[in-house]
Amino acid sequence: MPKGTTMKRSIFEIEKNIPLTKDVFEMVLSGDTSGITNAGQFVNILLDGYYLRRPISVCDYDEGTLTLIYKVVGKGTKAMSEMPVGTNLDLLVGLGNGYDLSKAGDHPLLIGGGVGVPPLYNLAKKLVKEGKKVSVILGFNKKEEVFAEDIFKNLGCDVTVTTVDGSYGVKGFVTNALPESYSYFYTCGPEPMLKAVYTASTSEGEFSFERRMGCGFGACMGCSCKTITGFKRICKEGPVLKKEEILWEK
Amino acid sequence: MGEIDTKINLLGIEIDNPIIPASGTFGYGYEYAELYDINMLGTFSFKGTTAEPRFGNPTPRIAECPAGMINCIGLQNPGIDKVISEELPKLKKVFHKPVMANISGFSMEEYVSNCKKIDKVDMVGWIELNVSCPNVHGGGLAFGTDPDNVRNVVKAVKKIIHKPLIVKLSPNVTDIVAIAKAAEEGGADAISLINSLMGLRIDLKTGEPILGIKTGGLSGPCVLPVALRCVYQVAHAVKIPVIGMGGVSSAEDVIEMMMAGATAVEIGAANLINPYACKEIIEDLPRIMEKYGIKSLKDIIGGRK
Repeated sequence: MPKGTTMKRSIFEIEKNIPLTKDVFEMVLSGDTSGITNAGQFVNILLDGYYLRRPISVCDYDEGTLTLIYKVVGKGTKAMSEMPVGTNLDLLVGLGNGYDLSKAGDHPLLIGGGVGVPPLYNLAKKLVKEGKKVSVILGFNKKEEVFAEDIFKNLGCDVTVTTVDGSYGVKGFVTNALPESYSYFYTCGPEPMLKAVYTASTSEGEFSFERRMGCGFGACMGCSCKTITGFKRICKEGPVLKKEEILWEK
Repeated sequence: MGEIDTKINLLGIEIDNPIIPASGTFGYGYEYAELYDINMLGTFSFKGTTAEPRFGNPTPRIAECPAGMINCIGLQNPGIDKVISEELPKLKKVFHKPVMANISGFSMEEYVSNCKKIDKVDMVGWIELNVSCPNVHGGGLAFGTDPDNVRNVVKAVKKIIHKPLIVKLSPNVTDIVAIAKAAEEGGADAISLINSLMGLRIDLKTGEPILGIKTGGLSGPCVLPVALRCVYQVAHAVKIPVIGMGGVSSAEDVIEMMMAGATAVEIGAANLINPYACKEIIEDLPRIMEKYGIKSLKDIIGGRK
């Protein structure tokens, strides 16, 4: 069976919902996470008063809890950020393919930009557990927007933070901080960053994409993209695509 | 509860219930077959199929609105030959009932040749002719907005097929009754309606339309009253059966649609929000029928008898 066939719909309860920066929040939910099989998958959240679900990448999970780090980008996510502890939410979990850990090699590099950082956390955790030497580059616009540096450091990863304005860490883009060698890379972030990583990277790797979605489970064809290996649905055959199959649009 | 009868007869084929996932929201079935036994459905209408494989429109193809969504997928599909040689054999393993084949086209010749091919497939019970896709240029809607075009394409298709023909109509017209009558005159066995309503949303940051081709088809609960009105008007104007759709999301909506004149009911956007929507509606239907004292759904088509 292809990956992503373990989708489950269930009710989760908010355990924690706190701001990490001005517009980035951490939400911890309790419920049945058994549908999640891989780092880099996402959940699709039904919000009262909004028709379409909100797809959010999974930052971390264990048997009974799920951690999401999300950015307030519109009315729906704003409403999410105001939900009190104890609120019940209807989630589809276990969506998408996620990252392929078997490719990592001995010293994989993880590159995250903005809210592309969260899905790399569970990946880092798993790679560290496998005994890999994990390097992480986290890119932000400015110091006030930096989050998650501490949690990656606590895993024992070698963490570099970049800010575009130089107000924290290395000045510039994530590509200004690429190390000389790494066995493989995994990245998630805004598309211009992904394109820059695609060009600057010196190894094979995987990219996680974001798209406006209808259903999130492969039915509506709303998030299709063209790849070297044919048409793919970002929600089903993605959100993670391998470097060698990517066709950049435009 | 034993006396509750949800069966209906759809153009000579008895189906267990009138619930039919609408084309474009149910793929070729197997995404949902992984979630529940889709054999509980009356049937379903598969993804609109064209002669050639199509990628569809540039993304974004989806935007939200209050109580609904707009989409401009643009008939992404593998093409009729691959549907027949790959998708349907795969579907046959998980779905053992007659399926409704949704057929699109860009010319009279294409509609005819697609229908000729699909008519030969055993597991196809009905052909639903999509003359109303709002998201492709030069096809679909161009046929569905002109009574003469509708009459001619229906006539041409009817001449070469043996299975019952359902003609799916657009609400984006001045007089939907005139189009429905033209389809009936052309020899349609049934009418299905409504396809999505043309809509638009703008991104306040860029000032530009959100969708890749600017406009898209509006669907979801916000269109239910428009759909009920269209079904009601058409059902009163034609003698052939009408399949109602548009914003149906609950067993109550199904009953309302049937009272408006629908023999069966297609369910679209609701599947995308809740992948179990049709399963839950089918399970809920007997309870809601009992609540309103309805013994058989056959008794409420076009109002309570």
